[in-house]
Amino acid sequence: MKFSFSEEQTEFRNMLRRFLNDRSPTTEVRRVMETESGYDAEVWRMMAEELGVAAIHIPEAYGGAGFGVSELAIAAEEAGRALLPSPFFGSTVMAATAIAEAGTDAQKQALLPGIASGGTIAALAAAEPGTGWNADAFTATARPDNGSWRLAGRKSYVLDGMAASLVVAAARLPDGGLGLFSLPADSAGLARRPLQSMDPTRRLAQMDFDGAPADLLGGPEAGAPAWARTLDVAAVCLAGEMVGGAERLREDALEYVSMRMQFGRSIASFQVTKHKAADMLLEVELAKAAAYYAAAAADDDDEVDQPLPALASLAKATASDTYMQTAIHAVQMHGGIGFTHDNDTQLWFKRAKASEAFLGTAADHRERMLQHWNA
Amino acid sequence: MTDFTEDDIRAQVRAWLTDNWDPERGLVEWRNMLIESGWGVPHWPEEWHGRGLPVGMAPVVEEEFDKGGAVGVAKMGIRTLAAATILEHGTDLHKQRFLRGILTGEETWCQLFSEPGSGSDLAGAVTRADFQGGKWVINGQKVWNTSAHHADFGLLLARTDWDAVKHQGLSYFLLDMRQPGVEVHQLRQMNGHASFNQVFFTDAVVEPEYQIGGLGEGWKVATTTLMHERRGADGVRRYATGSDRPGRIYEEERAEVATVMAPYVWYPQRTGRADLLIERAKAAGRWDDPAVRQEVAKALTLARTAEWTARRAREAQQLGLPQGPEGSIGKLAASIVARACARAHTMIAGPDAMLTGEDDGTGGVVAEILVSTPAISIAGGTDEIQRNIISERILSMPKEARHDTDRPFRDVPRNQVG
Ligand SMILES: Cc1cc2nc3c(=O)[nH]c(=O)nc-3n(C[C@H](O)[C@H](O)[C@H](O)COP(=O)(O)OP(=O)(O)OC[C@H]3O[C@@H](n4cnc5c(N)ncnc54)[C@H](O)[C@@H]3O)c2cc1C
Repeated sequence: MKFSFSEEQTEFRNMLRRFLNDRSPTTEVRRVMETESGYDAEVWRMMAEELGVAAIHIPEAYGGAGFGVSELAIAAEEAGRALLPSPFFGSTVMAATAIAEAGTDAQKQALLPGIASGGTIAALAAAEPGTGWNADAFTATARPDNGSWRLAGRKSYVLDGMAASLVVAAARLPDGGLGLFSLPADSAGLARRPLQSMDPTRRLAQMDFDGAPADLLGGPEAGAPAWARTLDVAAVCLAGEMVGGAERLREDALEYVSMRMQFGRSIASFQVTKHKAADMLLEVELAKAAAYYAAAAADDDDEVDQPLPALASLAKATASDTYMQTAIHAVQMHGGIGFTHDNDTQLWFKRAKASEAFLGTAADHRERMLQHWNA
Repeated sequence: MTDFTEDDIRAQVRAWLTDNWDPERGLVEWRNMLIESGWGVPHWPEEWHGRGLPVGMAPVVEEEFDKGGAVGVAKMGIRTLAAATILEHGTDLHKQRFLRGILTGEETWCQLFSEPGSGSDLAGAVTRADFQGGKWVINGQKVWNTSAHHADFGLLLARTDWDAVKHQGLSYFLLDMRQPGVEVHQLRQMNGHASFNQVFFTDAVVEPEYQIGGLGEGWKVATTTLMHERRGADGVRRYATGSDRPGRIYEEERAEVATVMAPYVWYPQRTGRADLLIERAKAAGRWDDPAVRQEVAKALTLARTAEWTARRAREAQQLGLPQGPEGSIGKLAASIVARACARAHTMIAGPDAMLTGEDDGTGGVVAEILVSTPAISIAGGTDEIQRNIISERILSMPKEARHDTDRPFRDVPRNQVG
């Protein structure tokens, strides 16, 4: 549903919001972001086992709940709102989608139930240093080896790459095509290290492949379309996550200015504050419309008037610009306290900053949008 | 003041440096020589360590110093605000006691204006100064005070009269920070640095002769400090980084940069670093990307037009035109420049904008830009306040109706904090 949510969807959102308010308030986010793993294993277990968050869009045949991208994006939105540090995005949104899109039935049987249960954390190693998520620029290679494959090259910005036990990697086939491969994270020939990320609530890793053995998911033709679809689903969910974060920033800033007095009156009573608040609402609502419309497109192409890649990129670009602008306004509306480490605004500011670049910049996505646009 | 040309001045500076500059001198010894000769602050009055030259000649003198690699007087930080305030409003005692230590770098300063309940509305200060037993006794709390953790003295705005209207109940003090009644706690910022502080006063003491300006005239004196702060925030200022040349004086200067100047290490980054854009775009392989080029061109245009505007303002000042709130234009422009640069740096960095420290490909400089630029539109008066000043004082637009200046201060509604 592109312009409204069903009762079930709203109920799912409310349940998640209650859970995250309760189990992952910012005091917890701050505690968890200082730990080595970067997420709370117990919270993740509860989210997977009790709320089914790890399984949302994974087909029932493979241990999933069989919902759509719309439901997945709702979960992303609530996680973004709470700034939840968890393997949800790297494992369920990115890696599981890649496997579901590219894998054979047997591969999906082998790999997806573990991810759906939350017990297996998977990561998608696709982006490369400097060039990011642009598949044309991927240089990592795969060569056949006795009926299997061996991977070589460097992958970077791998979300949840250190937490993962299962890795899905994108590499060039000998004929220049794109393959998606799976391998255990502790394979010989795979070295990984944590990257210092701008946003401590979102962990990234670098992975070096040096002849690591891997299974090709599906056939040699499966990789390219599976990657394209995975990027679309990830962009849609990231847009959801970003509008969730932006809305939270907007609400918190509004609450702050309503409490604060200067010059003998509420700073919310200054017209410039009101106009800023109104602009923030406008921008966030526009970005939400984009994110929801793109999520509907991911579930049913027939429902919408533009192809998914155009809409996913539109949503990503809009939401990331909005998130950053909202974060800048939110810091500004707090004044000096907004620039401190102890004020929570900075946590969302850093997520907004990192999200501008994650999966490609807004400029990259606007270009991609036009390339796919039905004129 | 005798007749001179720029060339005369250059020749005089060069001659003096030839006779005196020696990188093996101690930093303080050298700065004392600058003070004696007047070349450290040539635009200051002759009786107070300068040569009485027009302000416009100061950069000329500085250029000659730079050419020879000669070190100047201490110029960074709140000390410049303290000096400007003392020169304009101070007694001979204040000038005698403080100016030399400011210039040699032996004594450092902080600005004790903002409070938890009053930032934009500085005149709403509730830190109290009560005259008891022949001294001023200070109680209350300040916040966001840059460098207060190692400052020797503070520029303190405090309330001396609660029955007067807001702006008339304030007085201004030169406070000794090294006393038992002053407690300083560092605060951490979103960029990881801890440059500013909370400062608590519990019966801290100021001797009466260290009040500056008259009783109830604190706001007038504070306005001088703020005007200098805003004018200094026009983005034209350079930041002391310390030269890497060999020599005792450079070693001592580097030590100064590493200690008392440490709170300012990220200040260049908060300006957005327009100077790095092209170099970074080339290094990142994005110099051919038309979208990146557009952002870089926009940021550079803003940075340069802001700089030229600031230079026009400075020249006007040098021509003797009165100094007014035009500092607010430069400060507001600096915020806009910083944001445009942050946007361009983000695009240039591409996926590396997600990283920091050793991993961002620039040793953390770009990451620091991205998390430091939000400060520039807040510190020294927010963008919104600059816009109010520009519209009301430069453009003479109608003032906001006020409800805080028509009654005794004690009756003005205010935040319940502290
Ligand atoms: C890096 C840094 C260094 C600093 N160093 C010092 C220092 O050394 N010494 C010192 O004393 N202070 C210092 N400050 C404090 C700084 O001057 C204040 O933070 C600033 O003036 C804003 O005050 P505030 O934080 O109380 O915010 P508030 O005044 O509460 O402002 C909150 C929001 O309300 C808006 N607002 C307030 N009044 C109006 C109005 N009339 N119209 C429209 N909008 C309005 C503001 O623009 C802002 O967006 C520093 C701040 C920073 C960030």
